[in-house]
Amino acid sequence: MTQKNRLSGGQIDRTKPMKFMFDGRFHQGYQGDTLASALLANNVRLMGRSFKYHRPRGPLTAGSEEPNALVELRGGARQEPNTRATTAELFDGLVAKSQNRWPSLAFDAMAINDRLSNFLTAGFYYKTFMWPKAFWEKLYEPVIRKAAGLGSLSMKADPDEYDKGFRHCDLLIIGAGPAGLMAALTAGRAGAEVILADEDFSMGGRLNAETFSINNEVASDWAAAAVAELSSMTNVRLMTRTTVIGAFDHGIYGAVERVSDHLHTPDAGKPRQILWRIYTNKTMLCAGAIERPIAFDNNDRPGVMLASAMRSYANRWAVTPAQRVAIFTNNDDGHRTAMDLHAKGVKIAAVVDTRPDVALSDDYQVLRGAQVLDTKGRLGLTFAEVKLADGTERTLECGALGVSGGWNPNLHLTCHQRGRPTWDEALSAFVPGDNLPDGMHVAGAANGALSTHGALETGMKVARQALEIEGRAGKLPQAEDAPVKITPFWFVEGTTRGWLDQQNDVTVKDVKLSHQEGFRSVEHLKRYTTLGMATDQGKTSNMGGLAIMAELAGKTIEQTGTTIFRPPYTPVPIATFAGRIKGMEFHPTRLTPSHYWAKEQGAVFVEVGNWLRAQWFPRPGETHWRQSVDREVAATRASVGVCDCTTLGKIDVQGTDAADFLNKIYCNAFAKLPVGKTRYGLMLREDGIAMDDGTAGRLAEDHFVVTTTTANAAKVYQHMEFARQCLFPDMDVQLISTTEAWAQYAVAGPNSRKLLRKIVDAEFDISNEAFPFMACGNITVCGGLRARLFRISFSGELAFEIAVPARYGDALMRRLMKDGEEFNVTPYGTEALGVMRIEKGHAAGNELNGTTTALNLGMGRMVSKKKDSIGSVLSERPGLNADDALKLVGIKPLNKSDKVTAGGHLMNAQGPVDAAHDQGYVTSAAFSPSLDSMIGLAFLKSGEVRMGERLRLVSPVTDLTVEVEVVSAHFVDPEGERLRA
Amino acid sequence: MRYSGFRVIKEALTGHKGWTPAWRDPEPKPQYDIVIIGGGGHGLATAHYLASVYAQANVAVLEKGWIGGGNVGRNTTIIRSNYLLDGNEPFYEMSLKLWEGLEQDLNYNAMISQRGIMNLIHSDAQRDAFIRRGNAMILNGADAEYLDLPAIKREYPFLNFDDARFPIKGGLAQRRGGTVRHDAVAWGYARAADGRGVDIIQNCEVTGFRIENGVCKGVETSRGFIGAGKVGCAVAGSSGRLMAKADMRLPIESHVLQAFVSEGLKPVLPGVITFGAGHFYVSQSDKGGLVFGGDIDGYNSYAQRGNLPVVEDVCEGGMAIMPMIGRARLLRMWGGIMDMSMDGSPIIDRTHIEGLYFNGGWCYGGFKATPASGMCFAHLLARDAPHPNATAYRFDRFQTGHMIDEKGMGNQPNLH
Amino acid sequence: MIINHPLLGPRDSSEFVYLGDASLINRPDPDAEDRAQSFYEYGYLRINPAGMHRELWFHEAGDRSWLVVTRDTTTHEITSVEMARDVARAQGRSK
Repeated sequence: MTQKNRLSGGQIDRTKPMKFMFDGRFHQGYQGDTLASALLANNVRLMGRSFKYHRPRGPLTAGSEEPNALVELRGGARQEPNTRATTAELFDGLVAKSQNRWPSLAFDAMAINDRLSNFLTAGFYYKTFMWPKAFWEKLYEPVIRKAAGLGSLSMKADPDEYDKGFRHCDLLIIGAGPAGLMAALTAGRAGAEVILADEDFSMGGRLNAETFSINNEVASDWAAAAVAELSSMTNVRLMTRTTVIGAFDHGIYGAVERVSDHLHTPDAGKPRQILWRIYTNKTMLCAGAIERPIAFDNNDRPGVMLASAMRSYANRWAVTPAQRVAIFTNNDDGHRTAMDLHAKGVKIAAVVDTRPDVALSDDYQVLRGAQVLDTKGRLGLTFAEVKLADGTERTLECGALGVSGGWNPNLHLTCHQRGRPTWDEALSAFVPGDNLPDGMHVAGAANGALSTHGALETGMKVARQALEIEGRAGKLPQAEDAPVKITPFWFVEGTTRGWLDQQNDVTVKDVKLSHQEGFRSVEHLKRYTTLGMATDQGKTSNMGGLAIMAELAGKTIEQTGTTIFRPPYTPVPIATFAGRIKGMEFHPTRLTPSHYWAKEQGAVFVEVGNWLRAQWFPRPGETHWRQSVDREVAATRASVGVCDCTTLGKIDVQGTDAADFLNKIYCNAFAKLPVGKTRYGLMLREDGIAMDDGTAGRLAEDHFVVTTTTANAAKVYQHMEFARQCLFPDMDVQLISTTEAWAQYAVAGPNSRKLLRKIVDAEFDISNEAFPFMACGNITVCGGLRARLFRISFSGELAFEIAVPARYGDALMRRLMKDGEEFNVTPYGTEALGVMRIEKGHAAGNELNGTTTALNLGMGRMVSKKKDSIGSVLSERPGLNADDALKLVGIKPLNKSDKVTAGGHLMNAQGPVDAAHDQGYVTSAAFSPSLDSMIGLAFLKSGEVRMGERLRLVSPVTDLTVEVEVVSAHFVDPEGERLRA
Repeated sequence: MRYSGFRVIKEALTGHKGWTPAWRDPEPKPQYDIVIIGGGGHGLATAHYLASVYAQANVAVLEKGWIGGGNVGRNTTIIRSNYLLDGNEPFYEMSLKLWEGLEQDLNYNAMISQRGIMNLIHSDAQRDAFIRRGNAMILNGADAEYLDLPAIKREYPFLNFDDARFPIKGGLAQRRGGTVRHDAVAWGYARAADGRGVDIIQNCEVTGFRIENGVCKGVETSRGFIGAGKVGCAVAGSSGRLMAKADMRLPIESHVLQAFVSEGLKPVLPGVITFGAGHFYVSQSDKGGLVFGGDIDGYNSYAQRGNLPVVEDVCEGGMAIMPMIGRARLLRMWGGIMDMSMDGSPIIDRTHIEGLYFNGGWCYGGFKATPASGMCFAHLLARDAPHPNATAYRFDRFQTGHMIDEKGMGNQPNLH
Repeated sequence: MIINHPLLGPRDSSEFVYLGDASLINRPDPDAEDRAQSFYEYGYLRINPAGMHRELWFHEAGDRSWLVVTRDTTTHEITSVEMARDVARAQGRSK
C-alpha cells in the first residue's frame, strides 16, 4: 500500500489514513483526499472507459467538470453509477468499481469499437441499420443499447433518506473562492444576511490549489482565516458540499447539499442529501473559471490532464500523476503548473508553448512555438510527440501531460434564464452577457477577472453594489495581479483523432464531418455529434468544438454562438428532487372519522383521491369480496346500513344572496327552495358540460349546505369562489369548505328512521309527515350534540344523512352500531354504495366524466331556461344537442350469468363490430344482488327510445362479447316508493 | 445521396470525403406555390409529403432559426396511438403506421423503437376508463392489451409493489408504441424533402402576412417578401405570436412543458412507462439516459424554461412508482412551449383568410403526430379539403360544440 | 415564482392554482342577442400574448382569494398583483 506519487505538503491529514478499494484492489489515502487524488497517489491513472470507443481514460480535471473518471461508487442498493472520482471524498472503507467495460478495465472487449472508429463517425447510425427493416429492433438496437450507457443501477429501491428545506437571505454567494470569500466578508461585515455556498468540502476555491500569497500569507491560510471570520458572524451561513444547481424565477435558487456522501453510510436520522430552495434578493455568482484543453491526436490517454488540475493535485492533495510530467500550453498559466511541480521535486520533461516569444526558465526546458502532435501509451501516457518551432519532431518521455488552452469563465448559471454570454477578445473566452437573471451579479474569474487581485477586488466591489452598501470600503488584501497572456489556440492539426468531448468521444474529425454535412449551427453540431451532451455537459469541451466550427464556417466564435446552459449545474440524484416523498408518503393520506372504528372491524380500505375509505367489511367465513358486498347490499335494503360519506365535499353558503348565487351555480332552479328542504343540483362548467352534482339543503333563508362529489370537492369550491369573486363580486354571499368539519353518515334502509329515532333528541320529529323525503334541518342528537339531518338517498331506500362535528364522528358511528343491533345494522363500504347507486341509476364519477351534458345524463329538462346559470348558453350548441345524442340507460345481460364490463362498447345486435358502428359505452357495472345478475349503466346513442332493444356489449381488450338488453337505468324501485316511505 | 451500410463502409475507407450536406442552403425564390412557416417536425413532414405524395415540389419551408430547434428537438420522443375518441384515434393510428415505415420512406434511420408503452392503472375507475380506451383503440384498428397485476409484476419487477400509496392494479399496453430519435425526424424529413426540390430556408423569420382583400398573397420575412399561392402555418408553441400577425385569436394558450434526462445508464427499462397516479412517464434512450417528464408548469409561458415545483413533482412521481431510480442523476432539464388547445386536440384547417392554413394546438401530443400531421396538412394544402383522418380537427368545433376532449377537462388548456 | 399577494405579501406560487386569461372575468351578457357568439369567444378564444399577460390565480393553499397577476410570459416577471374582486368591480361587474 505505497503511495508512490504522494508529494510533501498539501491539505490532507496524514494522521488519518484511509483504506479503500478500487476494482477489487485495496489502496490507502488520507482524509482530505478525493478518490481521484488517492488513486493518483497510488499511481493509478486508468479510472474509466469512454462512452463510444471504450478508450482507456484517467481524470482530466480535479473537479465537478470531470468527463472521464466516472466510477460506480458503493455497492448493494446504494450503488451509485457515474460518480466522479474527482469529487468523491475519500472515506475509510470506500468501495468503487470501474464501469462501462467488460471483462475488466485494463482489458475491455468493447474497445474493438476503437478499431472500428472510422466506421462509427458522428451520426453514422442515421445512415445505416435500416435493412432489413425488422433487424433494427431485433438485432442492431439491442446490441447498441447494451453497449451504450455508462454505469448500472442496482435495480433496488434507494435505502437512504432525502430531505428538502427552504432558506432566505439578502445575498446568496455562489462559490467560495477569492471573489466569493471577499464578497461574503464585505456583505457579512455590513450586516447583511448572507448564504455562501460552495460545492467543495473545503472553502477557498483555487486558493487551495495555488501557491500564491495574500497579504504575505499562504493563500489557503488566508482563505481559512476568512472562513473562520465568516463562521463567527451570525448573519452569515456557510454551506459547504452545496451545489447551487439552478437559477429559477424571482430569485429562487435550487441548491443540493451533500450531507452524507462523504460518509460510509449516513448517520442515523440524517439524510443523504438535502434539496434547498433558497429565496434571495441578490445573488453573486463567484463560480470561478474552468480551464479548457487543446485538442491534438490521442490527447485522451490517462495521464493527459488540465494543467490546472495537475497543479491542484500537487498543491492541495500533494499528488503528482507521474514522476515525470510535461506541459502543453498557449498561455502563461501553464507555466505556473511547471513551476509548482518543479518546486515539489517533480521532474518537468518540458513546457511546450505554442507561442514563439515566451520567456525561458532556468528550472526546466521551455519549447517555444511548439505543439504536441500525438501521444503514446496503451493504458496510460508514456511519450508525447512534439513538433518544434523549426519543424523537427521530438519525443518527450512523460507519464503525465498538463494541458492549458486558457480559461472559460464559469457562467453556467447566468444562462439559466436564457441569458446569452458575450465574447471577450482579450480573454479569448465567453463572459456573462448583460441579460442576467434578475438580481444576479457576477464577480471574479466568473466575470473574467482571472487574477487573484481581480477576484478579491470585484468580490468586494460587486457585493457593495449589489447590497448598496454605503461608506468607505475596507482595505483590499494584497495579491498577485498577473495579466492574462494568451494566444488563442484550439487544436493541433492531426492525422488521427484529437478529442474534444472525451466522454462522448467527439473528435475534431467529427466536428469537421458535421460541418461538411451541413450541421453547422451550434445546436445542430451538438445534436449531430453529441458534443457536450455527456454527464459533464461539455464544460471542458464545448468551446473547442465551437472554435473549430467557427473556423470551418469562416465566422467568429461570437457569430457562431453557444448552446444554452440548462440546469442543473451538475447532475442531481432523482431521489434528491423527490426528498421525503416516496412510498406511502407520496401523497398525504386523509382518514375518515370512522376510520379507526372501521379498522377494528377488519374493513378493507381503498384509495379515493387522498382519502382512504372502507371498501367492504368482511365477516368471518366470507372468502370473496363479493360475498361481503352482496351481504351489505341485502342487509341495507332489508333493514338498515350505515356508510361513512364524510368524504363528500361540503360547502357552507351563507349570505342574503345565497339563493341567487346557487341559482347561478346550478343549472336547475334554487331560488325558491323552501327552508328545511334539500334539492338535487347539477352544476355545469361554462362550456355546458356537467361538472359535478350533489345536493344543496336550505337550513335558513340565508344559509345553504352544498355537497359535492368526493373527487371534485376542491375543484367545485374553487369554481364557486371564482363565480363569487370574479363574476358576481357584489353578491352578499360567503363560502367556506366544511368537508373536514363535519362527519357525515348515510343511514339507509327501511329501518333507518327507527334507528335514528333512538339517537335524535326527542324534541325533533323525524316522522315521514314532519320530515319527508328531501327534508333537512339543524337538530341535536345524543342529548344535545348539534347535528344536521338530511333526508336524501343515494341507495334508493328510505335514507338519511346525518352530520355531526367531526370530532364526534367516531363516537356517533359506535353509537349507531350499538343502537342498531336490534335492527341488525350493517356497515357498508364503497362497493355496496356503488352497487346500490347503480341499481338506482344514479350518476357518479364514471358518468360525470367531463364530456357528458345534462342531456346525456337524462336531465336535459333540468337546465332552466328561465334564468341564467353558468354553462347554460354554451350547453345549447348543436354538437351537444344532436338528435342521436348519448343517453344514460341501464343494460342487463340476456343470459343472467354473463358478465357486464365497464369500458365495454355497445354495438347493434347485427352488423360489423368497429368504431364506425359504435353505439355507446358502458360506464359502470356491478353485480346486483337485487336482480341476481350483473347490470350496467351505459351511454347509448338515442338511448331514450331504445328500451328493450338487444345489443352486443363488446370488450375486445378483455376478450368479451355479451348480448345485453337496454333497460331503464332505474333497476330498483323506479317509482321511488321506498325513499318516500 | 443514398445512405446505406455499404456507403458508410465506403466512406470510412476513403476518408469520409464523399459526404455532402444533408440539405441545401438555398436563397429564397420570390414566389412559391406553397410556403410553410415553421421548420419543425410538422412543417418539414408537410413539405416531404407535399413533394412525395401530392406532387407539389414548388414548396418552401421557412424557419426563423435552425430547423428542428423547436419542439421536435425538445420532447420525450414517445410515439403511440392510444387515444379514446373517434376524432383522434384513426389519426394517431395512421401516424403510428407512418412511423413504422418512415425510415425506408426517408432513407434515414430515426431509430424507431417499438418497445411498447405501458399505462399503469391504480383504481377501479381508472381501469374502467382504460378498458374503454383499449376497446376504442382495437375497434379503430390499433393494438391494445390489458395486463393484470401478475402480468405487470412479471414484466416490470422493479416497480413499487410493496409500499405504494396508490397500488398498481393493472395496465393498458400498446406494444407498437415506443420511441424515436427525435432530432433525426427533423433531419430525415428535411433531407428527403430537400431531395425532392423543397427549399428549406433557415434563419428566415416571418414578420407578417401580406393579405389583400381577404386573400393571403405571401409573407414578409427577415429576408424580404416571399410570395405564395398558399401559406401553411405549423409553428406549434409560437402559433399565438404568428397568427396575431393575421389578427387572429386562437383557441390556444402557450404553456411550458419541462422534460428531463438522466445520465447514461446500462439498460433498465423495457419501454415507455406512465404512472397513473402522478405526473411521471419515462423511457430509456438508446444512449442509456432515462428520458422523463410529467405535467406542464401550468401558466402561460413562451420562456422555454420552467420552475422547481414541477421538477420536484415529476421526480416525486418517479420515486413513488420506481424507487430504484433514486440514485440515477438528473442530468439536464429543459422546457418547450406547448400550443395547448381548448379541448386538448389539434387543429388542421383553413382559416377565414383565403390561402392561409393553420396546423397547431398539439398540446404535448405533437411529436407522435408528426407524420400524420404532415400528411394531413399536405393533403389540406394540396387538395383544399381535409384528409379523411383529420376531418374533426376544425376551427369551428368549439363554436358548434364538437369538442374532442380526451381528458374531459373542458375549455381550460392547462388541464389537458 | 413568487406572487406578491396584495393582502398577504410575497407567497410561493406553489400555493396558487392557475386558471388563465383575466378576460374570464368578462362573462358576456347571457341575455344578449349575440350570446352564442359572445360566449364562444369568451370561452374559447385567447390573445395568448408573448409579453404582458393579465391572468387569474387562486390562492388555494392560502386565503382563497382570486388574484389578477400581470406577468410577462417571455420572462415571467410579475409587475402587478390585484384582488380579482376589485378588478371585477372596476370593470362594472356586480351581481
